[in-house]
Amino acid sequence: MSIRTKTLLQVAAGAALAGTFAFTAAQAQETVKIGLIVPMTGGQASTGKQIDNAVKLYMQQHGDTVAGKKIEVILKDDAAVPDNTKRLAQELIVNDKVNIIAGFGVTPAAFAAAPLATQAKVPEVVMAAGTSVITERSPYIVRTSFTLAQSSTIIGDWAVKNGIKKVATLTSDYAPGNDALQFFKEHFTAGGGQIVEEVKVPLSNPDFAPFLQRMKDAKPDAMFVFVPAGQGGNFMKQYAERGLDKSGIKVIGPGDVMDDDLLNGMGDSALGAVTAHMYSAAHPSQLNKDFVAAYKKAYNQRPGFMAVGGYDGIHLVYEALKKTGGKADGDSLIAAMKGMKWESPRGPISIDPETRDIVQNIYVRKVEKKDGELYNIEFATFEAVKDPGKTKK
Amino acid sequence: MNADRTVGEFALNRSRWGWSEMVFWLLAVASIFVFSDRYLILTEIAWLGLFAMSLDLILGYAGIVSLGHAAFFGVGAYTAGLLAVHGIVKEPILALLVAGLAATVLGFVTSFLVIRGSELSQLMVTLGIALLLRELANKFSNITGGFDGLQGISIDPILGLFAFDLFGKVGYIYCLVVLFVLFLLARRIVNSPFGLSLRAIRNNPLRAAAVGIPVNRRLVAVYTLSAFYAGIAGALFTQTTALASLDVFSFDRSADLLLVLVIGGTGYLYGGLIGAVVFRILQDLFSSWTPQFWQFWIGLVLVLIVLIGRERMYRGVMWLPRNFARRFGKTKPAAMSDGGAS
Repeated sequence: MSIRTKTLLQVAAGAALAGTFAFTAAQAQETVKIGLIVPMTGGQASTGKQIDNAVKLYMQQHGDTVAGKKIEVILKDDAAVPDNTKRLAQELIVNDKVNIIAGFGVTPAAFAAAPLATQAKVPEVVMAAGTSVITERSPYIVRTSFTLAQSSTIIGDWAVKNGIKKVATLTSDYAPGNDALQFFKEHFTAGGGQIVEEVKVPLSNPDFAPFLQRMKDAKPDAMFVFVPAGQGGNFMKQYAERGLDKSGIKVIGPGDVMDDDLLNGMGDSALGAVTAHMYSAAHPSQLNKDFVAAYKKAYNQRPGFMAVGGYDGIHLVYEALKKTGGKADGDSLIAAMKGMKWESPRGPISIDPETRDIVQNIYVRKVEKKDGELYNIEFATFEAVKDPGKTKK
Repeated sequence: MNADRTVGEFALNRSRWGWSEMVFWLLAVASIFVFSDRYLILTEIAWLGLFAMSLDLILGYAGIVSLGHAAFFGVGAYTAGLLAVHGIVKEPILALLVAGLAATVLGFVTSFLVIRGSELSQLMVTLGIALLLRELANKFSNITGGFDGLQGISIDPILGLFAFDLFGKVGYIYCLVVLFVLFLLARRIVNSPFGLSLRAIRNNPLRAAAVGIPVNRRLVAVYTLSAFYAGIAGALFTQTTALASLDVFSFDRSADLLLVLVIGGTGYLYGGLIGAVVFRILQDLFSSWTPQFWQFWIGLVLVLIVLIGRERMYRGVMWLPRNFARRFGKTKPAAMSDGGAS
């Protein structure tokens, strides 16, 4: 065998080998897997169901291939228990080789998965949890929901301007509740308002009655309320039972308590409640009307803000994949997601390139009756609000 | 059992290693190599098994019922978490022992409350203690992190050599070794005269007292021991997941534990281990099959297990190995089901 043929053979073998590698690599990248970890059972189940519904709806509308890749969503239930979240995220990353983890119904769940996102360089798309610091826990976290600081500061300013002097607060005792309270208090007292009573209710104890009595006794102009999505209905029921609706104490707060999901079942006691939030099913844009119609048709119920978080979350993944041309590694995806701007059912939104958190309009809304149903009707808009939890630093 | 055998012989016989036991542990070791992509769920099974074993020690051997065993699990978990966060005890095995001891202290103190009453009041007292601790952990959120859980736990390598990896291999082997060591200890204890005296107490406390067994002291001792085991299980949980949140104290955790023992049976130590394996695997299968309605299926299976009866199921499962053993004239391979009913 001459030297020449030998080298030729070597080259051929090398090429063949390289070809095999390229082939397997291409095969592995045919599908982009998204691990969707949300609470589907337990107290936060409504959050998970809305997100799951919205993601399915989006994929029905936009197909399951993007940039030549097939999108596969693997749904997992963590029941909002952080150790479940962590195990599921780890298994999804290690066994199922997911490219993205998404969902996260509550803040502790998002925290639990953060170190894994960093370690495995897998983007973590937070579609629900709303504590400010979440995005600082890993450079791979992107959020498409909202932060409590965004809405709480605005309702604080609004209250001051609208002649509300004394406020009693009722917030769930965990990170988002404490965020809501802190940011509201800062803005409200800076404007000359006074907090007359401050009550923190345990997250897992849905009995508000004793706390409401204290609220009533404090005789404030309004009460600032934060309870997580899903608990608003129960809260308003007890609010009416205790006769607070007749005592002239208004409900104000971030929009979680007036979740569209439950709003219509709350009854007339909810009328007149003013909240600040990023989404209302009554948002008057064509895009939103279509979204609400499609969602109602598919699931026979109104989409809430959790559904929008999920809808935008999966949209962000689609758009990022388009931008990278189908490259699905963590760093390219995160780079593509930073600074992304689009029109969502909630209005124009973007991802802050510095903090990877969402920048969006915050609307001040009042509960009114429209066509016999209760809706949060938007009457003031604060445009492109960044998360005050970070801009402060 | 033959009536003419002496107690000593009986105890000795019980403490001999049956082949089914060896098979069980060989399978456990084999799982390290066979299920290399499922380390995380295996780890969960390992600490859940240990946790269930700790409940079995009081329920199956001493007849103390508890709906609040998560109290000790939680104390172990938070102790391990706090030790790691504040860098007080860096080495995991040492931290594990400290966490176990913290739970032991709590177990000793609360045992006096628990042994006072009948079964119903035991349920209430244990449940109350767990709820109390949960609220305390919630209240002192500056120490425990409240509902959000303890943040920033990072666990050092075991003995400074084996770092916990993303795949969970080290974590699993670590849990398995701890489980095995503690199992050996428990096995030794329940087959000792002390263990036999516990059984006597379970069967008839009055008669036990009449033959001179210090009933209360024995109950305090075994309850404390059980708390130690539960604390270790909690610490393993924290060390392998780097998490400690209020859920460690939750009622669900204590209730799940009873379910594990319902599946596996009490009074022979393996009940907790087998129950943990079956329970977690069912949970995993159902929840990946239907993330929304898996709890329904779990419930259905539990009802079926109770209806059919564990004994009858074991007879079905053990039929083949028993036959096999009889043919080759070995001693009876009954270690698994012997005494399983209680």
